[in-house]
Amino acid sequence: MNLNFFFEVLIGGLLSGVMYALVALGFVLIYKASGVFNFAQGAMVFFAALTCVSLVNHWGFPLWVAILTTIATMAVLGVLIERIVLRPLVNQPEISLFMATIGLSFFIEGMAQLMWGAEVQRLDLGIEDVPMESLLTNFNIIVSKFDVVAACICAILVTCLALFFSRTKIGRALRAVADDHQAALAVGIPLQHIWGIVWAVAGFVAMVAGLLWGSRNGVQFSLTFVALKALPVLILGGFTSVPGAIIGGLIIGSTEKLAEVYLGPFVGGGIEGWFPYVLALLFLLVRPEGLFGEKIIRRI
Amino acid sequence: MLYREAGQFKSSYEADGQIFPLRQDRLGIALLLVLAFVAIPQFASAYYFSAILIPFLIFSLAALGLNILTGYAGQLSLGSAAFMAVGAFSAYNFILRIPGIPLLLAFVLGGLSAALVGIAFGLPSLRIRGFYLAASTLATQFFVVWALTKIQWFTNYSSSGVITAQKMEMFGYEFSSPASKYLLVLAIVSVMALLAKNMVRSNVGRSWMAVRDMDVAAEVIGIRLMRTKLLAFAVSSFYCGVAGALYAFAYLGTVEPEAYSLDLSFRILFMVIIGGLGSILGSFLGAAFIVLLPVFLNVFAHALSLPTSVASNLELMVFGALIIFFLIVEPHGLARLWQIAKEKLRLWPFPH
Repeated sequence: MNLNFFFEVLIGGLLSGVMYALVALGFVLIYKASGVFNFAQGAMVFFAALTCVSLVNHWGFPLWVAILTTIATMAVLGVLIERIVLRPLVNQPEISLFMATIGLSFFIEGMAQLMWGAEVQRLDLGIEDVPMESLLTNFNIIVSKFDVVAACICAILVTCLALFFSRTKIGRALRAVADDHQAALAVGIPLQHIWGIVWAVAGFVAMVAGLLWGSRNGVQFSLTFVALKALPVLILGGFTSVPGAIIGGLIIGSTEKLAEVYLGPFVGGGIEGWFPYVLALLFLLVRPEGLFGEKIIRRI
Repeated sequence: MLYREAGQFKSSYEADGQIFPLRQDRLGIALLLVLAFVAIPQFASAYYFSAILIPFLIFSLAALGLNILTGYAGQLSLGSAAFMAVGAFSAYNFILRIPGIPLLLAFVLGGLSAALVGIAFGLPSLRIRGFYLAASTLATQFFVVWALTKIQWFTNYSSSGVITAQKMEMFGYEFSSPASKYLLVLAIVSVMALLAKNMVRSNVGRSWMAVRDMDVAAEVIGIRLMRTKLLAFAVSSFYCGVAGALYAFAYLGTVEPEAYSLDLSFRILFMVIIGGLGSILGSFLGAAFIVLLPVFLNVFAHALSLPTSVASNLELMVFGALIIFFLIVEPHGLARLWQIAKEKLRLWPFPH
């Protein structure tokens, strides 16, 4: 077996794993703070990317203005979702909330395409998708520059989020809400505001993910399927853990690519679609709450 | 006044345990069956049969299957289309490879194959619950569609991966006209709905509900979790499998594995939610709603002469909004509205 090739696949997998982690992060944020499993995260990724790219392509905004406008849009969207969809559903079973977000994802997908059209749009962030020269010459490994930059952006984002959660007042309130809604309310944390903020932050993360994925493959409807890629990451890492999302993403990304390259030829290829799920499923049989999820204690 | 139990006394356990204890209900069901079997075939046109009635019945059956699993046994599944695919492709292969096999037997065998797959993919439900389970049922969805596409034996090595369902023949009679297909589907669906109705009010159904409400507590009172959950998966997959076979044979005619995509799974889930979780009637109401909604929206879009792209996106939005609306306003679905109507009818037209 060619070791260089192995490393090339592994690194490629790890880097795409970071991208999965980025999408999974949006899920974790919302799940942690409000106990809602937000299926609409993929639709939000799509909506954010489409809004941004349409502002640039149709309305001729400069990129940074478009990004800022998109951030504002996502924040408004987040607050609206909280007000219109979640608030009336407080105290409903988790399953109802989950299904409401499936409905939400249909709505957002329809809205995004209605507003901006359904054709594939190219997004140029000014990062080249070329192999890194130094790695190519020294180790003969092809690693895309774009992937590395994307991974760095993810790292910065995760660090910022970690700081935001541990250092700021809002972040501490978020963690309090995540631990115990009732207790948080009792000490005077405004629950509704906090949820609005969380959805806005998740919208922001969705935008970053959408821009990175979009500049890779073009902004198109298939971006919504990115969310489906993030699900095994979540299962593996545990729904409630930010480090879990990152490490889960790395594991899924690398094993997925390795499996495709080394196992795929024996079974006819295309196993990327289901391999992560089966891997996560097998993993769950050993640890039902994922790698870093909170231990589930069930009482009668 | 019209609908109440006053004056209908029961003097035996059989009478007490019968499936429709009220005379009005029995009459209503009988009328409905007469309408469906005798009246509709007289009047409906071929378009109604093949575009509305047949898909409605098939989706009702699939929704019924999912409702057994999600509504009664409480195991959320996003893989019902995969079980439909298994049913369709195994029915196709049974007819192809065993010459002279009776049609209904092939459908039943297709359903049984789906049930086996259901049991295999239901095994994780013994360890994991809730969202983790929902996400892992996606594994079924992706794996089954992939396997049917990649393993060419299932599609009889057709180069495009598309199968053409065989003619439906029974005792020398060929079900080729829309009306005859409709009657065949209707007969199968009625029998299976009746079976389901009986199943959920029997021992089995009650243990499913106990597991749904709290599985630890159910285990404590002596319900065998493994058997109950796997039985729910098996029965639900059987229903979905038969529905999938009918979908291929009576509705589409030619199918590829991609026809049973995640989208279809979601549509069936929506039928169950809108119709009402844990209700047999709800499965039918939900299916009717989801089948009719695009038709109405199409007519509406046509009337306003909207371009098709706008119309299809509007459809998505209306779909999503309705789901949210239903969950907020009536979490128990259309079936609950029917129940409320019945309560009202007990008194109507008197105030109390």
